[in-house]
Amino acid sequence: MSTTQTKPQKNSFLAGTANYVDERVGASGILKEFGRKIFPDHWSFMLGEVAMYSFFVLLLSGTFLTFFFDPSMTMVKYDGVYAPLKEAIMSKAYDSSLYITFEVRGGLLMRQVHHWSALLFVAAAGLHMLRVFFTGAFRKPRELNWVVGFVLFVLAMAGGFTGYSLPDDLLSGNGLRIIDGMIKGVPFIGTGISSLLFGGEFPGHVVIGRLYSLHIMLIPALILVFLALHLFMLIIHKHTHFSGPGRKDTNIVGYPLMPVYVAKAGGFFFIVFGVIMVISTFFTINPIWNYGGYDPSPVSAGTQPDWYIGWLDGALRLAPTGMEFMIGEYTVSMNILLPLTISLLFLALVAIYPFIENWVTGDKREHHMLDRPRNAPTRTAIGAAGVMFYAVLWAGASTDLIATHFKMNLNQVLVTMQISLLVLPVVAFIVTKRICLALQRKDKEVAIHGRESGRIVRLPHGEYIEVHEPLDEYELYKLVDFKDYQPTLARPNAEGKITVGARVRSSLSRFYFQDRITPATKTEIEQARHHAHELEAQVQKAIESDK
Amino acid sequence: MSDNSKEVEATKELATSAGSYSDHEYELGLRVVNEDAIADPGLEPHRVRMTDKSVKHEKAAVRQVALLFTLSMLGSAFALWAYFSFPLSEDLSTVRLNTMYLGIGMTLGLMGIGIGAVHWAKTLMPDNEVSEERHLVRGSDEKRAAAIEILAAANQESGFTRRKLIRRTLYGSLALFPLPGIILLADLGPNPGDSLRHTYWKKGTRLAKDPTGIEIKASDVTLGSVFQVIPAGLNPEQHDYLEEKAKAAVLLVRVDPSELKETDERKSWSYQGIVAYSKICTHVGCPVALYEQHTHHLLCPCHQSTFDLVDGCKVIFGPAARPLPQLPITVDSEGYLVAQSDFLEPVGPSFWDRSVK
Repeated sequence: MSTTQTKPQKNSFLAGTANYVDERVGASGILKEFGRKIFPDHWSFMLGEVAMYSFFVLLLSGTFLTFFFDPSMTMVKYDGVYAPLKEAIMSKAYDSSLYITFEVRGGLLMRQVHHWSALLFVAAAGLHMLRVFFTGAFRKPRELNWVVGFVLFVLAMAGGFTGYSLPDDLLSGNGLRIIDGMIKGVPFIGTGISSLLFGGEFPGHVVIGRLYSLHIMLIPALILVFLALHLFMLIIHKHTHFSGPGRKDTNIVGYPLMPVYVAKAGGFFFIVFGVIMVISTFFTINPIWNYGGYDPSPVSAGTQPDWYIGWLDGALRLAPTGMEFMIGEYTVSMNILLPLTISLLFLALVAIYPFIENWVTGDKREHHMLDRPRNAPTRTAIGAAGVMFYAVLWAGASTDLIATHFKMNLNQVLVTMQISLLVLPVVAFIVTKRICLALQRKDKEVAIHGRESGRIVRLPHGEYIEVHEPLDEYELYKLVDFKDYQPTLARPNAEGKITVGARVRSSLSRFYFQDRITPATKTEIEQARHHAHELEAQVQKAIESDK
Repeated sequence: MSDNSKEVEATKELATSAGSYSDHEYELGLRVVNEDAIADPGLEPHRVRMTDKSVKHEKAAVRQVALLFTLSMLGSAFALWAYFSFPLSEDLSTVRLNTMYLGIGMTLGLMGIGIGAVHWAKTLMPDNEVSEERHLVRGSDEKRAAAIEILAAANQESGFTRRKLIRRTLYGSLALFPLPGIILLADLGPNPGDSLRHTYWKKGTRLAKDPTGIEIKASDVTLGSVFQVIPAGLNPEQHDYLEEKAKAAVLLVRVDPSELKETDERKSWSYQGIVAYSKICTHVGCPVALYEQHTHHLLCPCHQSTFDLVDGCKVIFGPAARPLPQLPITVDSEGYLVAQSDFLEPVGPSFWDRSVK
């Protein structure tokens, strides 16, 4: 199988091309360096790939859409084939979006491909971030790459929102209206910034064109730059791999780039594209023709943003009544500023988390081996709390739909959400940490005593025992191969003082590692095996005597 | 094949030898080094696949991959055919057919390649994992020394640290040069001035239905009815139609006058139980579009701020803080509803200096 190329190459054209390219760009050196680079294999490593491929699909489908889309807010009378909107006055942006939908062959398909791949892009990037977080892949030397990835995630949301607004339909127009309202709520500069963005009063005649410039030029260019940086650092660091037999911080175990990864990853691009295509073929997304063009007066009930903006919208909804107050003559809109601050703080915490953990552990070594989430219980619990916080905000954006679908009282749903936002993250933290510790204990028990065989034996003195079978060395190693940290005391520095920093670090280290489960040691396992042998001897004796 | 198994052997060796960093040791911090740790057994032995063991399976896999690639070709051809066979017309079902058949063809074209390539990799390409050594990201000590030398030489040659005057003026110029670029953005929009404090309404402006523009007589407004209102004369053809409408949109409701809780000051703002309130939410500006007749509650569908229409549109729930501004109305000599004046406060979302006179 791997020796298929035994015959001499007949194709001199190929050899000629290879030679041509090498003599001009030194391709052989590049191929020698990267051609057999090793990439580890795990399903969760595909999430980042899905995000990247969705972005490529976005570039392809987006370029097609730009050929037909007109980002102008000049008002025209609709004269297209969609009868319900005949004669309606609408912006050229909305008019051209309808034209793409109803009068360009494959236009609706491409619009849906673009929208679905945007939804998938942000989702995959988010899941990829969670994978990196829960496995500890952000640790040294990858902290900066985490920050680059974080920027990519924010850019993905920005790209999504700017694109969402472009068709200038009723739904997205209300989204812009909300942005306008939020900006206006910012003290001192709010009204000025709003005027700059909209070129005067909302909605004005320029915002679609401006968002278009951002959406098709600045944001994708930035995403490309940061993506290149992200991948460049990936090559510098090499990919992480999960802990296990033969895997260490000093090596990388996996398949070579050529041919296996070229085939798998290249094929995977087509699969991602294909999945987006099949979804776009059969599932309508953003039916702008149902909404009508933007008009500041109507709005449809149950308005929802695209999913990735939901958490921000939820934050706005969950602000309690009556938070706005006055300082003298000036209005302070805390009902806007508080959600805004909380959202930004949440993002900031996500961005700096690797530096916090690194400071607490003080472990300055390079980490190339991924943790199983259970083996870092506090980190996993923090992640779960963060996910829960995000999830409650996200669900908060659907309070009205939850109330109408489940026939509940809207007010009670909202109050429940407000309480949940404060309580559920704590619950998630505690429960997750306990589950992790329990799983670790179970792992340790299995490592030491082996797995349950289902064989119940009665000993001569009447005791029933279940015989445990020892694990093979590979399975055993998987269960014991993780790093162990212990909390530290606040120690005085060179001047004999215990600094505030040292105290904080010490209490954080206790928070992280106080109740920890250590990996099973050789001695423990040997003792257990010894004990098992004794038992086995007793069992054998019992069987003998039975005979 | 033989090459790969050699690599596996090499990996095993590497894995069992103590793996420490080549030329640098980092602090361990709180990490516990376990002297009693279980030894790494090295990579797991490779499991042979059916396609490695049996020519029959190998050949079958080759056929499957080729079949998937063929399917892709057929799919792409089908998409081309569909493009021409399902043209678009006034009949909207053509959009559905065009989207569906084009999409099916393109999906097959893509998925055939994708699944085929992955199947090829998984069944026919070598599947034994190989191991490679990692190197510390930091450069070796010699490299770092060389880098420092270069920096020192560059510094020496340019006099960057030595020549303070040059350095500081450079910092100054670098700090200032973006400012003109930023100020250029100031012309993105005009100074808002007092535009947010005025709307299209003025004394005597008739109330008209949105979007038809038909003026409303008080006698048209029956008890319990609701009208979406714009100022008469606001014309969809005019340039600032949407901006004006975004401030002037009003909701008109007639309730039983005995139910209205009006302050003395506002007693004259309604007409026989007909009240007009700004439709633009005081939270972030969505239209407050949902009216519940029996409770007289107005609900904003964006963030669920709820206003009590009969009690001065006070906020009774949700994130909004201020009541919806009321438009004082009356009737003119012909019985049409008219505004007594503009709104007496800025409509729409709060802003910093909205109460500054």
